[in-house]
Formats: sequence, C-alpha cells, structure tokens
Amino acid sequence: MPFPCLPNLPVERDRMLHLLREMLRIRRFEEKAAELYTVGKIRGFLHLYIGEEAVAVGAMQALTADDAIVATYREHGHALARGIPAGPLMAEMYGKANGVSRGRGGSMHFFDVSRRFYGGHAIVGAGLPIAVGLALADRLQGRARVTACFFGDGAVAEGEFHESLNLAALWKLPVLFLCENNLYAMGTAIARHQAQPDLARKAESAGLCAEVVDGMDVLAVEAATRRVADTVRLGLGPHFLELQTYRFRAHSMYDPELYRTKEEVEQWKIRDPIATFATRLREWRLLSDPDWAALEATVAGEIEDAVRVAEEGPWEPVADLTRDVYTPSGTP
Amino acid sequence: MTGKLTYREAVRAALREALAGDPRVFLMGEDVGRYGGAYACSKGLLEEFGGDRVRDTPLSESTFVGAGIGAALGGMRPIVEVMTVNFSLLALDQIVNNAATLRHMSGGQLSVPLVVRMATGGGRQLAAQHSHSLEGWYAHIPGIKVVAPATVADARGMLRLALRDPDPVFIFEHAMLYPMEGEVDDAALPRDLTRAAVRRSGVDVTVITYGGSLWKALEAAEQLAKEGIEAEVLDLRSLRPLDTQGIMASVAKTHRALVVDEAWRTGSLAAEISAQIMEGAFYDLDAPVARLCSAEVPMPYAKHLEDAALPQATTIVDAIRGMRKRRG
Repeated sequence: MPFPCLPNLPVERDRMLHLLREMLRIRRFEEKAAELYTVGKIRGFLHLYIGEEAVAVGAMQALTADDAIVATYREHGHALARGIPAGPLMAEMYGKANGVSRGRGGSMHFFDVSRRFYGGHAIVGAGLPIAVGLALADRLQGRARVTACFFGDGAVAEGEFHESLNLAALWKLPVLFLCENNLYAMGTAIARHQAQPDLARKAESAGLCAEVVDGMDVLAVEAATRRVADTVRLGLGPHFLELQTYRFRAHSMYDPELYRTKEEVEQWKIRDPIATFATRLREWRLLSDPDWAALEATVAGEIEDAVRVAEEGPWEPVADLTRDVYTPSGTP
Repeated sequence: MTGKLTYREAVRAALREALAGDPRVFLMGEDVGRYGGAYACSKGLLEEFGGDRVRDTPLSESTFVGAGIGAALGGMRPIVEVMTVNFSLLALDQIVNNAATLRHMSGGQLSVPLVVRMATGGGRQLAAQHSHSLEGWYAHIPGIKVVAPATVADARGMLRLALRDPDPVFIFEHAMLYPMEGEVDDAALPRDLTRAAVRRSGVDVTVITYGGSLWKALEAAEQLAKEGIEAEVLDLRSLRPLDTQGIMASVAKTHRALVVDEAWRTGSLAAEISAQIMEGAFYDLDAPVARLCSAEVPMPYAKHLEDAALPQATTIVDAIRGMRKRRG
C-alpha cells in the first residue's frame, strides 16, 4: 500500500507511533485484565476487545473533546482510546471506589462525563437511543458536535437499531453509527442471525449514508471516520460505518468457543491490527527495534501503574451502598 | 390561572407553562404535535412553540424514551409522552435498564432529569391490551420516581415539580380523569411531589388509594357517612417514594386500613402498602389490612364484565362494611 504522506516527516511518524501505542495499550491492558481475572482480582463479566483495537483507536482520532461517545460492554478499548487513564479503569474492574464508576459498574460500565464518555452499556442495542438523544440535545442547543455510537453486529437484530437509525435520519441528527461487525452475536455467526448480512444496505434503507471499512486497518478506520465525522458535525445527517473486524478471544471469560474453529481464529490473527500495522511502519522505516522495545516498555509501565492504582484503591464503605440511586436534592 | 379547568386543560396549562418558562424543555411523543395529543393534552402547543419544541415521533417507544434519556444527559429537560402505559412496555428496557440505573452505575456522575407522562387505567371498554394499570410495576424500580395526579390541581402542579427534579419522574394520568373538572388556584398549587394528601378526613377507617380510584373512594366515603362511618381518604399522589409516614399517621388515627388499587392484587403496590402497615403500625390496627384490587383477569371488553373487574364505589362500601363487622 502506498504511503499517503511523506514518511520522513517527524510529525507523521509521531502520529503513526501514537496509533500503534494506543492499540498496544489496549492489548496489554486487556491481557493483564484477563490474567487478573484468572486470579480472582476481577470478577463479573469480562469481554475482551483483543483483535478489534484498530476500530476504537482509528475512530477516536476523528473525534474532538466536545464529541460524545456511547459504547457497549466491550468498551475497554474505547475508554482507553478516549483518554481515560488506565488506573481508574483497572480500579473499576477491581470494584474499587477510585474506579471510574466508583465500583458500581465494573468492566461493562465505564463512564467518564468529563470526557463525554457515556458508557459502557450492557443491553445490546440499548445505547443507540441514548446516542440519538445526546445528538438531539446538541441539535436543539445549536452545538456542532458528533455523538459516536459504537455497537456490534448483534445489535443490528434489535428493534432499537432500526428505530434509532430511522429517527436519527428523520431528524438529521449528528450521530455517527459505528457498527463493529466481528461476525458473531456472542456465539451466533452473522449468517445465522441475519437474512441480509450486508449491514451497510440496512443502514442505507433507513436513509443513511453507509460505508464498509476494513476494521483491522487502523489507518483505514481513521481515514473513513475523519471523512464522515465532519459532515455529521456540520448537521448533514447521521452516518453509518460498518467496521469489519474480528474478536480473537472468547466472547467473555465464560465462553468455551464451541461455535467457531481454531483455524478460523488463526486465519484472522494473520490480520492482527497491531502486528500488521507494526510491519507496515517498519517497511516505511518509521519503526525500529529500539522504538518497539521502548513502546512496549512505556506501555508495560503504564499497565503496572494501573494495577497499582487498582490494588491500592479503597473499597467504597458499605454504609454508602445506596448512595447515588437518586441525585441529592439541591443538585441542578 | 384561577378557576375551573378540566384535568386535560390543567395538563395542557402545565405543559405550556413548562415550554414557555424554560428553553431546555421540549415535548416529544406519538401524535403530540399535529394531532394535538391522543388525549388532546398538547393541543395548540405545536402552533405556539414550533416543531423543535413539540416533536411528533415515529411509533418507536423504546427509541424515543431512550432519546429522552440521552437528551436529558445532554442538558435538556425533555417531557416524553408515551401515549398510554400499555405502550410503555415497549420502552421498558430503556426505563428499567437505563433511566433508573445511569446515575448509580456511573458512580453518581450522571443525572437523568427526564419526565415521562402516560395515560393509565381501565374503565373505557378498551379490553385487555389498552386497560392496564401497571404504575405499580414502575414503583418497584429504585432510581425513578412515580407519581399519579388524581386532582386537577395536581395535574396542573405536578409537572412543574417533576421538571425541577434531577431524576427521572414518571407521571401516570388516569385516562378517565381527563374530562373531569376541578378548581385550580395557581397561587395554591402543590409544593411537594411526594407527600400523600388527606382528601377527606375521617376517624373510622383509612382508604388508601391514588389516581382514578380516588374519586370512587370519595364517593364511597360519602355513602358510608350516611351510615355513620367516617372514612378518611388518603391520596398517595406518589407511588415511589411512598409517603410511609403519611400512611402510618392516618392508620394510627383510624386503626383500620383498606387499600384500593386498580392494579391486580398479586405482587401489587397494594401488597407493599399492606406489608408496610403490618411492619409499622401492627399494634395500631383493630382489623387486618384489607385490599380491593382488580379481578385477576385480562380486562374484558363487555361493560358489565369490565365494571365487575374494577374496584367501584359500591365494592369499596362493601369492603369497608365487611371490615367493620370484624371485631377489633
């Protein structure tokens, strides 16, 4: 693939290494989370994003601090790529009071309002209406912002997918629908849950512009998202991207993966978004062995710090169990 | 505004005041605009406030309720009208899994200042799919508030209070009440959203009820007064939170309690109230707490059958007479 810019420009190299680092942070963070799960530090459901990192990292580059994000229960990557520090995220999975959601949410429910990160939603499809509403609020208040809504191919079978795309298109709301098609709704292959597996066509039938993007290629995701984010922000209506990707790990830590073959997984691993991108950067002479080693060391340090933040974090007192069910009176 | 209004006009006046008074407020729902609202509560508001503030939605209950939640997170004060409680079942996931949880699940970062209004109740021969009284289900859910204005003054005043609340408030308007007339004095509107109100004072028995059943209870109380039984009628107004103190205060005075609720008896709000009285006022009681609820049947269409399924003034009278026969 020809390189679109001059590879020797330092700024371009920085950007490329940034993308690589962001994906690596997610990968190493989740590998550590899986390890901590096996020793019982993290409980509940843990859904790993490993294999899909290019989607969150690529898409997030096109969003500004003013834009909003609505994600799913497989949202570690989105939270990290959005800039939420790894420590409070790890602490949340520990169930600690210094977690992003004060230990009330866990792995599936990361929230950070200061970064306009609106969850962490664990009912498939149910984040889409929330995104439509956030975009409606922006429209009514005259703010040029994007609400980026991530969801999987499984959500396409939900009524709320069709309802939300229709409403966003009908009202020309600034929603960027980002469908992470990893080919499985939990353990059900897309051919076994969709009569029409061409998801972009579904979006088009609702009146949206839709594109299919290689979700294993961070540059392709970034380019596509940048291309459409501005039209969404300008109020020209919602947009749909189908990001074709693959989950390398099981659906959750409970999943014995009886529904797919090891060969299929191995085939997809050849397209590992981190390994392939690193190879390209080496070919373009933007990444050396010492660069890679330094990158790994930086990320390892960050993860180590995150684990420390989680380990050292306090437990919420049981006396505060029913706190935050309602807003204290007097709060606007 | 002072004088006689219908319940419907009171709701409309409250909506108009809300839209005029706060640019963050908007109304959306099925047929709230051009049609003027299925119960004509929003008639004229589209013309007055325009299509941005009064929004007709597609028949997508889950998504327009969810969009209300999202818009509330985005700084607006949405009023979502779900035409009736029957259709709210299509939005149950957004209500139970999102509206009620987001504050807690985000560790207190989010508030959802959303108001959802819907018509509820039976009595109009609309059969099993259009006659539900499921507000008690919603009252089961921590994280939301549930109110039921029974009077014209509450229809006028509760919306204002609900919009001031930082959390999701669900307003259940009994569909039989819309044509009812009542006095409204804007200078004397209710100031509290969650306190029960004694609508008739009495010393012999407390009838605890809300919404459409309030008027049947008051009619029954008048009937009983002729027999020398003075019933106190307590209008709950708020179903979540329940005004436990108000309930206990009345039961301490009358020593007998009858709960009247148009919902089904099994697993009902009436059961919760009954249990609370048992826990909190057992030694005040001269008789077991009694409940009068709807018959455990999908609502039938035929008028005589529907009448028989619902609590009525006559059956309330009978229930109280029955309680009086028991020795305390």
